[in-house]
Amino acid sequence: MSPETYAEISNLVIPTATVIYAIAMMSHALEWAMGRAVVVTAEAKADVLVASSSGGDLAVPAAPATGTTAAAAARSGRVEAASRIGLLLTWLGFVLHLGGVVTRGLAAERVPWGNMYEFSITASLAVAIVYLLFVHRYKLQWLGLGVTLVVAAVLGLATLALYTPAGPLVPALHSYWLVIHVAAAAISGGAFTIGGLVSILYLVKARAERRVLAGGTMSASLKRLPSAEAMDGTAYKVLAFAFPLWTFGVLVAGPIWAEYAWGRYWGWDPKEVWSLVTWVVYAAYLHARATAGWRGRRAATIAIVGWFVFIFNFVGVNLLVSGLHSYAGV
Amino acid sequence: MSDVKERVEAPTPPPELPKLGLLGWLRWTWRQLTSMKTALVLLFLLALGAVPGSLIPQTGIDPVKVSDFFEAHPKLGPFYDKLGLFDVYKSPWFSAIYLLLFISLIGCVVPRLQVYLKALRARPPKPPRNLNRLPGYQSFEPAADGDVLDLAARELRRRRFRVELYDGAVAAERGYLREAGNLLFHFSLILALVGAAWGALFGYRGTVLVVVGNGFSNSVAQYDDFSPGRVFTPDDLPPFALTVKSFTVKFQTDGPQRGAAREFNAPITYQETPDSPEKSYDLRVNHPLKVDGTNVHLLGHGYAPRVTVRDGKGEVAFSGPVPFLPQDGNFSSFGVIKAPDARPEQLGFEGFFLPTAVIDERGPISVFPDAVNPVLAMTAYYGRPAVETGKPQSVYQLDKTKLTQFGDGKGDKLRFQLGPSQSYTLPDGRGSITFDSYDRWVKLQVSHTPGLNLALVGISLAILGLMGSLFIHPRRTWVRVRTQDGRTVVEVAGLDRGPERGLGDEIQAIADALKPAEQPEKPKQEQP
Ligand code: HEM
Repeated sequence: MSPETYAEISNLVIPTATVIYAIAMMSHALEWAMGRAVVVTAEAKADVLVASSSGGDLAVPAAPATGTTAAAAARSGRVEAASRIGLLLTWLGFVLHLGGVVTRGLAAERVPWGNMYEFSITASLAVAIVYLLFVHRYKLQWLGLGVTLVVAAVLGLATLALYTPAGPLVPALHSYWLVIHVAAAAISGGAFTIGGLVSILYLVKARAERRVLAGGTMSASLKRLPSAEAMDGTAYKVLAFAFPLWTFGVLVAGPIWAEYAWGRYWGWDPKEVWSLVTWVVYAAYLHARATAGWRGRRAATIAIVGWFVFIFNFVGVNLLVSGLHSYAGV
Repeated sequence: MSDVKERVEAPTPPPELPKLGLLGWLRWTWRQLTSMKTALVLLFLLALGAVPGSLIPQTGIDPVKVSDFFEAHPKLGPFYDKLGLFDVYKSPWFSAIYLLLFISLIGCVVPRLQVYLKALRARPPKPPRNLNRLPGYQSFEPAADGDVLDLAARELRRRRFRVELYDGAVAAERGYLREAGNLLFHFSLILALVGAAWGALFGYRGTVLVVVGNGFSNSVAQYDDFSPGRVFTPDDLPPFALTVKSFTVKFQTDGPQRGAAREFNAPITYQETPDSPEKSYDLRVNHPLKVDGTNVHLLGHGYAPRVTVRDGKGEVAFSGPVPFLPQDGNFSSFGVIKAPDARPEQLGFEGFFLPTAVIDERGPISVFPDAVNPVLAMTAYYGRPAVETGKPQSVYQLDKTKLTQFGDGKGDKLRFQLGPSQSYTLPDGRGSITFDSYDRWVKLQVSHTPGLNLALVGISLAILGLMGSLFIHPRRTWVRVRTQDGRTVVEVAGLDRGPERGLGDEIQAIADALKPAEQPEKPKQEQP
């Protein structure tokens, strides 16, 4: 097939994937809307059974407490179904999305990472990959709404506002180290995003839990989230996966490629600086988790800062500062 | 590891420190410096300190932008300069941060190595008195036959625990390699930093623009731009010389890839020393020439129109190729031609070389990077012969302060376009310019970075260590048999020693393996 054909396929498939992610998002939204009702019913029953609940672990998603009415059971069945349909649609969207990114690469005859449009479709693909990779292992289903929202929004924005036709790239960018570098950076970026989302929800949930301990109440949707402690563990696992990969991507593959292409393996280019800053922030995150008094809230804050730094590297740096890496092309 | 943490996070001495003495103070400072909290703060400072270098122009990256900045901000410029903000990564304060971090790192990991070596030989400790306070606690009545502790020891060994038998209890521990990984990570980081520092101190990098057909010999004076490391001396330059024989570049002529460079090749000849035999090499992108530990990279290319300028007296005031700098993907290239020796008045030209020129309503532009229809689109200046000031001048800029631009006689500025071998005669008999032809130039970068492999090995080992550190889960598990109210009970509990969770599942699985077979609720534990 010719590059033109690939470009046409890509331009067809990417918007389709966007729509399917959006439908998946609606399914997850429905799941949450119905799920609140289930929690409320379950809780009413549970309150009768367990007089003094400390409020912590009741919130296992869609796990009806003993003695739930038949109606609530049916509703919880529907919640499950909505969740599963959402995940299924996310898979479908992902397959199309992957196809769209690959054909884009074939059309441009290089890694699809050469301008903001390509960066957006590749980075959002990485978010989907990391989510689908971990969704069963770390029981991330509850993150479905957040992930589909982010992916659909980024893809939509890319298609509507950032689209650039597939174009050439300067020859300096031809090397398989570039492919490795980009793949590692994208996947770890996807994991940073998941880790950031989980950390934000952790802060929300931890606050709600503290309020409950102080005698307050928790809204039904927050109850459906896993316990703060579990979320903290999830964020750690995802970021522990991302950190070595990022280290490899920006401190090994990147410099090797830069040495090939530009004859210097590290030149304090803005992009390199911000990659290093991202790395240092996540190293600080791992240290913070090992330091008494920094665990939990402060560590989560660092994870969120790290995520923002990562985003800034690819949006802010491209738009504000120029360097060898500048490929904004918007 | 808990011993390490206790050491690292030992309570700081109380504020009144009267009898500490100098040694005590040094000790205290050292302990502060090598604490994990300090490492955390230093890491943040490093991140923060690296930021200005990405936002403010840097001498090492773009000196032209730095001087632009000075011009645009006459007050702020010198102030920034004092703070070292134009050379952040070599500034004293940035060096201070990473040196402190470096010392802290060494001070932190060396004692930990000792602790670890001791811990390696340690046996799993006795169970604590109240196992039921530990996470994942289980208790049950054992089967009548068989030795539960024996069974437990076997089960734990199968799960790769190190097992120690105590009276009435089995203690087990695993994941010793986690700390090894962590130490490997931090030590390798030191290695990588040493490698990087070595390169930064002893290395050098320079760029030079060579017009095809010309040569270059490796000496500081020949470079357009040269940045040496702190301890570099000009004697460190290997005395090689090279000549760029030709340069070919092929561009895609159709499809969405139109204009993309397909082939990019500069055959050169070189001599490693002035007396060594001449060799040839094909210099390409990603295919550097390596001479004596030095790399020569092909970084870029462009056009150098060859022109002849005659002055008002009809004499040749300038002749030769002039490198023009590409401004866009289609190689619209900007440049200046200076003829300061022209008489009676000196002449100067400024404008664009357009490899594939097309005239549209905005004037001539280039629509393709290859030289299909080369055109030189210029404007011209004249002025009194310049006094030699000795002040260095950029070859890419025309100092127009003492020059007057030619007019076209209709009140507009003079503009003219030349194809190859065409000439233009300047008004009022002030001379002429001929566009003879064009050459190409290549931009070469010569660099030497010692310590590169050390840094690479260091960082690769660091990743290996990191993976051990992050993915190995250290854990202690105890199984104890005890008599309670005249019955025998087996207790199982564990303790996670890293930041991860999942202990409960494993304790459950171990307990299941020990429970009598006919026990009703045999749950669906998957084995790891
Ligand atoms: C260049 C600076 C440093 C970097 C990039 C760095 C990076 C890291 C990383 C990524 C980890 C996580 C590994 C894990 O979770 O097991 C870690 C752990 C650790 N680091 Fe550092 N480190 C640095 C300096 C230091 C210093 C100066 C100290 C001494 C105070 C230190 C002490 C530790 C300790 C004790 C751990 C183990 C934490 C645990 O038990 O999980 N590090 N470091």
